[in-house]
Formats: sequence, structure tokens, C-alpha cells
Amino acid sequence: MAEKFDAIVVGAGPAGNAAAYTLAKAGLNILQLERGETPGTKNVQGAILYADALERMIPDFRDDAPLERHIIEQRMWILDDRSFIGTNYRSDDFNSERPNRYTILRAPFDKWFSSKVKAVGGLVICETTVTELIKEGNKVIGVRTDRLGDDIYADVVILADGVNSLLATKSGFHKEIEAQNVALAVKEIHFMPQEVVESRFNIKGDEGVVIEIAGTVTHGMVGTAFLYTNKESITLGIGCMVSDFKNGNITPYAMLEELKAHPAIAPLLEGGEMKEYAAHLIPEGGYKAVPQLFGEGWMLVGDSAGLVNAVHREGSNLAMTSGRLAAETVITLKAAGLPCSAANLTRYKAAMDESFVMKDLRKYRELPGILHNNPHFFSVYPELLNRAAHTMLIVDGEDKHSKEKAIRKSFVQRRSLWGLMGDAYRMWRATR
Amino acid sequence: MHIVVCIKQVPDSAQIRVHPVTNTIMRQGVPAIINPFDLFAIEEALRLKDRMGGKVTVITMGPPQAEDALRKAIAFGVDDVVLLTDRAFAGADTLATSFALAQAIRTIGAENPVDLVFTGKQTIDGDTAQVGPGIAKRMGLQLLTYVAAIDEVDLEQRSITVQRRSEGGVQVIRTQLPALITMLEGTNQIRFATMENMFRSARYVVPQWNKDRAGIEDASKIGLKGSPTVVSKVFAPKPKAIKAQMIDVSQGPKATAAALIDTLTSKSARLANELGLVAY
Amino acid sequence: MSENTTPAAAPTAAPKGKKRLELDPRLAAYQGIWVFVEMERGHVHPVSWELMGEGRKLANILGVELGAVVLGGSGVDTQMASAAAFTYGADVAYVVCDALLTEYRNEPYTKAMTDLVNRHQPEILLLGATTLGRDLAGSVATTLLTGLTADCTDLAIDPDNRGLLATRPTFGGSLLCTIQTLNYRPQMATIRPRVMSMPTAEPGRIGRMVTESLNMVENDIIAKVLEFIPDEAQEQAQLAYADIIVAGGRGMGKAENFRHIWDLAAVLGAEVGGSRPVTHAGWLTADRQIGQSGKTVRPKLYIAAGISGAIQHRVGMEGADVVIAINNDPNAPIFDFATYGIVGDAVHILPALTEAFRSRLVVNRRAG
Ligand SMILES: Cc1cc2nc3c(=O)[nH]c(=O)nc-3n(C[C@H](O)[C@H](O)[C@H](O)COP(=O)(O)OP(=O)(O)OC[C@H]3O[C@@H](n4cnc5c(N)ncnc54)[C@H](O)[C@@H]3O)c2cc1C
Ligand SMILES: Cc1cc2nc3c(=O)[nH]c(=O)nc-3n(C[C@H](O)[C@H](O)[C@H](O)COP(=O)(O)OP(=O)(O)OC[C@H]3O[C@@H](n4cnc5c(N)ncnc54)[C@H](O)[C@@H]3O)c2cc1C
Ligand SMILES: Nc1ncnc2c1ncn2[C@@H]1O[C@H](COP(=O)(O)O)[C@@H](O)[C@H]1O
Repeated sequence: MAEKFDAIVVGAGPAGNAAAYTLAKAGLNILQLERGETPGTKNVQGAILYADALERMIPDFRDDAPLERHIIEQRMWILDDRSFIGTNYRSDDFNSERPNRYTILRAPFDKWFSSKVKAVGGLVICETTVTELIKEGNKVIGVRTDRLGDDIYADVVILADGVNSLLATKSGFHKEIEAQNVALAVKEIHFMPQEVVESRFNIKGDEGVVIEIAGTVTHGMVGTAFLYTNKESITLGIGCMVSDFKNGNITPYAMLEELKAHPAIAPLLEGGEMKEYAAHLIPEGGYKAVPQLFGEGWMLVGDSAGLVNAVHREGSNLAMTSGRLAAETVITLKAAGLPCSAANLTRYKAAMDESFVMKDLRKYRELPGILHNNPHFFSVYPELLNRAAHTMLIVDGEDKHSKEKAIRKSFVQRRSLWGLMGDAYRMWRATR
Repeated sequence: MHIVVCIKQVPDSAQIRVHPVTNTIMRQGVPAIINPFDLFAIEEALRLKDRMGGKVTVITMGPPQAEDALRKAIAFGVDDVVLLTDRAFAGADTLATSFALAQAIRTIGAENPVDLVFTGKQTIDGDTAQVGPGIAKRMGLQLLTYVAAIDEVDLEQRSITVQRRSEGGVQVIRTQLPALITMLEGTNQIRFATMENMFRSARYVVPQWNKDRAGIEDASKIGLKGSPTVVSKVFAPKPKAIKAQMIDVSQGPKATAAALIDTLTSKSARLANELGLVAY
Repeated sequence: MSENTTPAAAPTAAPKGKKRLELDPRLAAYQGIWVFVEMERGHVHPVSWELMGEGRKLANILGVELGAVVLGGSGVDTQMASAAAFTYGADVAYVVCDALLTEYRNEPYTKAMTDLVNRHQPEILLLGATTLGRDLAGSVATTLLTGLTADCTDLAIDPDNRGLLATRPTFGGSLLCTIQTLNYRPQMATIRPRVMSMPTAEPGRIGRMVTESLNMVENDIIAKVLEFIPDEAQEQAQLAYADIIVAGGRGMGKAENFRHIWDLAAVLGAEVGGSRPVTHAGWLTADRQIGQSGKTVRPKLYIAAGISGAIQHRVGMEGADVVIAINNDPNAPIFDFATYGIVGDAVHILPALTEAFRSRLVVNRRAG
């Protein structure tokens, strides 16, 4: 007997869970399919959870969500081969009742989110891969899975299957993602006792620290690294554009190894036990790479729509917001007795354009191109900055004025004055 | 035919970490799985059902989360499940576990008599291989451990013929039903659930039995109270102090091999002697 | 079987907080250490002697007798086994000789053992953790309603209460735990083959024999053995007792590369083993798996190629006298406990090693 639902959600990441939760909570009969053994097993993320997007759906999520630490300190480090220069911002204000940013481990977090979907009546089936969308003409009417059995039908299918959505490409919704629009990130989780994490980062209770890292570790490629403190582990990762890896001479894994060996990082990981290594793609094409978001009987949400703000390392919040907006569109249409046709689903696009998601992506629309065409951001500058700091800090009888002059000279030597000014202008334009 | 299969939910021990200072298990994020050995028992029971008809009931004793393991069993195609869960079961060793399970299986059998009970060969956390024999003795079932294949089940004659692994060979044994089989690993491969069973599993409401529902009157036989053994100490294995002596590999494989043999003849003379290695 | 077999010990009040309890006076009558002599078709499993050696040490500490339990179908077999047991340290042999015990079957063996225990009351009963030993131990412990600690790696006596301290791996070998059976007797434990070392026999050493009868007829026994297919006919690997083992892991890359392992084994006259991923992938048959869920081995030489040395593998082979590890990762954990380490590609090193051994062995071991 063929099953039929109001909506099918493919994928149980943040986007799919947000969509499924919102739909089921509104009383719709929904099915969510996830290929992983449990929600979260296939997911890879640093990971920072931005509370706002989740809070809009589950206001009291702090009561039982598996949160690791709330972030009270942000560090930005620029590394050269042997040193780093950086900034810190730490504030007790982040120790508020309702902190805004948390570190999470995706596996338990996604599982928790999924339990919420079930609690409001969503039907969730894992270990099942959607292999094909069933179409009637150009209208999506259901899905086919890798399991023996009948096709499954629905009024609308929401694709939340993550970056590199095979289903979307296979169904012709968008072309295969291009190498210059996607980053490859590798990350490891190093476990160590809670006390060690806390003393190493000078934190207590549930406080946490984030370090954003850029510099020569990426061998001149466009990319950044990150380090997050979890309750009893540390997440360390690094990512660069796939197109760069293709031309480059270093593998992502080797890069991560170099990062781990860096004198600024190694002491933070010492004694830890590496338990999880994972590699994952991040769609970083930004605004210009966002595909068509909807069609006859289908919508794209989250990574499968390329919704990542690479500059601020935001993804899961865009994913959740898009998932929620897609679901709300379906709920409105259902309530009005309207079909999920392309014409009606434009409301989803309109809601997205109104939200921070598309606004933020638009703001940074030029950045990916600029970074890509100006590799010195990731090679020359880190070295110069570090050397400058070094020069200023060494007390060797030379006067400070001469030192400053030398530093200025070193900058101009490596990068012409016009170049420096151009860089500054382009960065300002791109992030304005 | 009514078959009961006992399964246990266990932490995936491949992913367990030990706190380097306190030597306690760090369970955070360690997924719980069906004891891998029990999958062979489930599959064999399903195959028997495919062959001869009847019903398969899966039972587990554990915390409420063990429901996930049972739901999975439903997805594989078993007919019914029972979750035996009660604070009174906590701290059970194998004797107390087999008492509780035996009693619950009796209760299941009161409604629909049980012909065969299956367990896995052993668990990967307790690792004792005792719960199966324990249940059999408690229930007075014929015990067939380490079964590699079931040759024949004759419901008229109430007989069963199996091949069981014993030291140095395989025994072909015939005995009477009801019997308990502990299934050897590698004997079959768990099936890939159908979509229909996935739906059934997702919608299934797992029945929870406390000790009274399971028909257990004597609380002194279950849980910590009913357990003769107590764990008196848990500790980490002592790491070996001496690391390997590294053989020089800079001159290529051939030189490395020669260097190794030289080292053996000088440093492990007794072994070299026994091997009959010539020293140069 | 029914539940009304006389319980060896009725549980007294559960220990509350205090570990050291006065032993129930009824249990104080339980004295002596017993080792089950596992015999099939006239052949005693070597694990029985390994346990006899261990039992001897414990008996000396406690100052009690060491008993051997010999169950068998023919007088010749039980006589021979008892005599051998004495040379390995037994003071007394408890013998049940009955044609019904010729082949192992759970029912008559369980009855023979429980009857012996109930009559002669040992405080400790040790069995090998073989398929036979585990089948029997589980049944006997449940019938006697006493505690059983499986798969122990170490046995000791608690100086405070003369109780058995049975240590075994837990959580996949990441930890060890020590287990005590407080107010129940006998205290039962199974130990894997090759975990304890083989004692040296003392020829001419003799002991007492106590003979009991089974009191059972064939009609009492429901299970019938129709056939026995010995392993020799099925080419089962004899890993546990091999002197030399060449083992390969996932690092060998693919099934074909295992020919390098077999080649080296042929030259050394060695058995071939592997890690779990390898047997799971079907590169080797399951009976060649070494480790926690495979076999425990104790060879004189263990060559590990492309094996990382995970704890579950390590527990199965760390009793080897000499371990040679070949691994291309200098940080592989196997180098933490191997005797000799070679950092390199096993696929290149192994053939060179095979050649080197071939030319430097006095005799080709396989041929000689
Ligand atoms: C290393 C790394 C670090 C990151 N750090 C951050 C961070 O700190 N903060 C942040 O907000 N974002 C971060 N991101 C981005 C963030 O992880 C993603 O934007 C977010 O996970 C997108 O959610 P999603 O639901 O769209 O996709 P996913 O989380 O990828 O979920 C897709 C789900 O669909 C399932 N699926 C796929 N195909 C099928 C199919 N055919 N059938 C059934 N199921 C299918 C997958 O198994 C998966 O569970 C990071 C990403 C990476 C890789
Ligand atoms: C309950 C449980 C029971 C288990 N029981 C067992 C058991 O009985 N036995 C067992 O073995 N495992 C067992 N395991 C699995 C165990 O945890 C490990 O996963 C396993 O031992 C790893 O096998 P491996 O070393 O072959 O593979 P890996 O861990 O993948 O290691 C491969 C090694 O090969 C090296 N390598 C790669 N390429 C080359 C090359 N070209 N040349 C040389 N070296 C190379 C690598 O550096 C690496 O160190 C069990 C696990 C669990 C959870
Ligand atoms: N808590 C439990 N609930 C159900 N079955 C169990 C439980 N514990 C053990 N078993 C069964 O007994 C077998 C042997 O377990 P063990 O004696 O722990 O090695 C397992 O493979 C299971 O089939």
C-alpha cells in the first residue's frame, strides 16, 4: 500500500529538522528520510550553534539540547610558520541567561533536534537514502528510496540533503556545484578531560572559546581554520576551496597535520586522543551561486541551496531559517487549500529575500571572487604581520621609528603601495 | 512456531574512551548499537520463520533507551518486541539477568507457547556468553550453544537438528523443543529492511514491562540483589614500558630485512636459535 | 533440568557498602580449588594444564588441595588424564567415568559436575573459556546459583577474605575489572586458552583418585550427537598453539597482497592470522582472527604487518615472546609494545623479509 504525505523532507540536518519540526508542529502529516544511521551521524560541522534561529522554533531549547559550551571569548589568529599575531575579545556579558553562541557536537545535537521532530508527530525514518524524485511531467510528486518497497508520495518534497545535493542535480534543479564555489573542510575532535580543556583556555563551567585562524598554513589558498572548545574535547579544522586543492600540492589532511604541529596549536592539543576525523564540503559560492530555490512541488533549503555565509562561518542558522521559512510557506498554502505549485512557492523565495539569510549573502556577494583572485591575503600578509610584530617586540637597541620604517618597507616591498591600497579598498567594498 | 530472540543494546565499544586520569568510561557521544552478535540470532530466527511460518518476538532488558534497539528489530521484520525495564533490574550480573529474562519469556509463553529461544554468542560489553546458558537452565530448555547452522526443525516430532561448533570440530546434534540456541557469528547476514517494515518500525509503540508485568515476584533474584558477583575494582591496563627497537629502514627493503635478522640473532638469540637462523 | 537442584549457596543478605563480609558458615565448608580437565575423544585440551599451573599457585597460597575434575567415557582416558593432571600439580582427581560422557553433551556433563560440586564442595572452580568450557560453566553456575566470571586474564587471592579476585577485560579491552563472588560458593571462573603459561610437568608426581558415578541412563538425555566432523577435515587454522604467526591487517591494502603474508609464513613454517577488519573483509577466514573477539595466541614470534595495534587486537597477541611490527605510520600504537619495529610499506618489506629468511634459515622449516 503506497504511503502519501503532506510533505516529505529529505535529510535530517539543521535545515531538514527545522522544516520537519515546523511542519509537524502545525499538524501536517510529514515524512522525513535520512540516510545516516541516526540523524547527525553523517554530519560534519565545527560547530557553532547560533541560538537565534533555533530559538524562534524551540524557545526553551536550552533546557535539554546537548550544548557543549557557550562562547565567552573569540580569538582571531593570523599564523605564519612559527608564530601568530592575534586579537582576543572576551566578555562576561556573554555569560548571560540566554547566550547567543554555543559549541555543539553535531551527532548528539542533530539527534536531539530529531527527537523534537518526533515529539511533535513527525515520522522520521533513518538509514534510508532517497535515490530519486518521482515526477509527473515536471512536477515532483514523491520519492523513491534504496529500500525494497513502494514509491512514497507527497504534495511537496523539501530537499534538505546538504551540499552537493545529488537529488537536485539529478532532477535538473541546478547544475553540479562548481569547484570554485565549494570548500573542502577537514576536522578532528581531540578528547581530553574537562579539567584540561578548562585550564588550557582559562574557562570554567560551560564557558567556551573560539579561535578563528588564517595564515600560511593554507599555503596561499583561500581558506581558514578554526578551533572550538567542547565540554571534554577540542574541535580543530581547516578548509580551503576545492578548486585550489585541485591545483595545489598539498592535501587537506596534510594541511591539518601541519596545523596540528604548529607551535601555537600543538600545546593546546597535547595529550588529547583523536577520535573523529571527518571531511566535508561547504558551499561557499555565496549569493551568486545560490540556485533556483523552488519549483513544481519542490524546494531547496540549507546547504543544498548553497546557503552559507563563509565570512562569518554561519551555515546552520541559515539552514534552520530556510527550513523554517519553507515549512511556513507550505503551512500557509495548505491552510488556504492551495497546491504547492511553483507559482505558489514563490512565497518561499520572497520570505527568504526578506530575511537575514539573503540579505547577508548579498552583502558579501563580491568577497569570494576577490579572495580567490588575491591569494596574497593568505600568504604574504600573515608573514608580514607576524614579522612586524616580532620586529616591534624585540628590544635590540634599535629605535622604534626605524623599526616602523623597516616594517612599512617590508610591506611595500612584498606588495606595492598600490596593491596594498587596492586590497584595502576591495575588502571594504566586499564587506561593506 | 513461536521464536523469542534476546538482544542487548550495548555501547559501540570501538568508540569508547577511557578518562586518562580517573580511568572511568567516557560515554559521551558513544553510540548505542544492537550487540553485533545478536544480529545473527535475529536473522536466523527470521529465516526459520520464512521457512516454517510462525512468529518472532524480540526481548531486551535494559534502560528505556534500549527501545531503539527493539525498533530496529521491528524494521528487520520481527513481529513483536518487549522492553523489560525497571529500576529493580539495575546492577544485574549474568545470573540475575538470565533469571529476569527467563521469567519474562515464561510470561510471553503463557500467551503463546515458545518453541525456540535465540541469543547471540556473547555480548561485546559483558562478553561472558553466559546469559544464554543461564536462561536455558532456568527455563529447563535444551541448550544448544555455538550453533553454526540449523539443519532441521520438525514441529510434529518436536525435534531440532543443528550443527554446533565445538573444540576441534562440528557436532551434529538432534534434540527436542523447546530449546535455546546461542548463534555463532558469521553464520548469516542480517537482511536489509524493506520500506514497509521501516514504516512499521517508525510507528511502532514499544511495550514496556516492569518486573510485575514480567511476572517476577521474588525481587531478591534480580538486579544487584540477585547478583552473586560484584565488581570490586576497575582499572586501565598497564602500558608496556619499553617501546619497540626500531630497525633502520633508510637503505631500502633488502637492507632492512637483513638488519632485522641481524638484530634477531644478536638480541633475541633464543628465538633465532629455535628458528634456525644463521648469524653472519 | 529443573530449578530445584540443591543450591550450592542460598544468598544471604546483600552486601551493603561493606565489602568484607563474614562468610556464611555453611559456605565455609567449601574448600579446595578445582580445575576442570577438558577432554574430548581422549585428548585433553592444553588449556586445562595451563589452568592447573595457575590453580597450583592459588592452592599453595590458600594452603588447600588442588583437585582435577576428570569426566570421560572410558577408563583408559580418565586414568591417563588423571595421571597427567597429577604431573601438572593436582593433588586429587575427581573422576566420573561413564559411557554417556564419551562425547560432550551439556546435560550429562552439567549433572556430573554439579553432583561433584555438591558432594565435595570446592571453593573455587576453574574452567577453560573454550566452546565446551563456556557451555558447561554457564550451565553449572546457573544450576548451582552461584557467580561466574568469564574470560579472566588474571587470578589472585584476596588476602583479607581468602576470596578469589578474578580480573577480566571489560569495554572491549579498554579497561580491566576485578570481580569477586562474595557470599556464594564455589567461585567460578573461565580463562581463555593461552592466557596463562604452560607449567612444566613433574613426571612421577602422583595423587589420590576419588571416583563417583553419573547415575544417569541414555534415556534421561534428550540431546543426541548424530555426527562429529573433526576440524582437520575442514582445514581449520591451529592458531592458538602456533609457535610462529605472520599476521596482516587492513594496512595490507587488498586481498591479493596477502600472498606476501602467506609466502613469509611458508618460509617460516608459520600460521597466518589477521586483524578483525581483514577477516570481516573476507581476506582471511574468520577462524584466523586474532584478538578480543577472535583467538588469543602466544607464539614465540609474531609478525604484524599493516596492523595498527588497537587494544582489541593487542589483548589477543601480547603474550607473544617477540613481536615484529611493520607499519608505515611511525606513530602506530603497535610500536608501543612490539619488540622490533619497521617503519615502511609492508607490501615492499615482506617480500624482502621472505627472501632474507629463506636464505638465512638453516633448513627450510616447512620442508624440514
Ligand atoms: C567543517 C565545517 C564547519 C562548519 N562550521 C559551522 C559553524 O561553526 N557554524 C555553522 O552555523 N555552520 C557551520 N558549518 C556549516 C553547516 O554545517 C551547514 O551549513 C549545515 O550543516 C547545513 O545544514 P543542512 O541541513 O542543509 O545540511 P546537512 O547538515 O549536510 O544535512 C543534510 C542531511 O541530509 C542527509 N542526506 C543527504 N542526501 C540524502 C538522501 N539522498 N537521502 C536521505 N538523506 C540524505 C545527510 O545524511 C545529512 O544528514 C560548517 C560546515 C563544515 C563542513
Ligand atoms: C567489540 C570489539 C571487538 C573487537 N575484536 C577485535 C579482534 O578480536 N581482533 C582485532 O584485530 N580487532 C578487533 N576489533 C577491532 C579493533 O578495534 C581495530 O579496529 C582493529 O584491530 C584494527 O585492525 P587493523 O590494525 O588491521 O586496521 P587499522 O586500524 O585500519 O590499521 C591499519 C594499519 O596499517 C598501517 N598501514 C597502512 N598501509 C600500510 C602499508 N602499506 N604498510 C604498512 N602499514 C600500513 C596503518 O598505518 C595502520 O596503522 C574489535 C573491536 C570491537 C569494538
Ligand atoms: N540485558 C539483556 N537483554 C536481553 N538479552 C541479553 C541481555 N544480556 C545478554 N543477553 C543475551 O545473552 C547473550 C549473551 O550475553 P553475555 O552473557 O552478556 O555475553 C547476548 O548475545 C544476548 O542475546
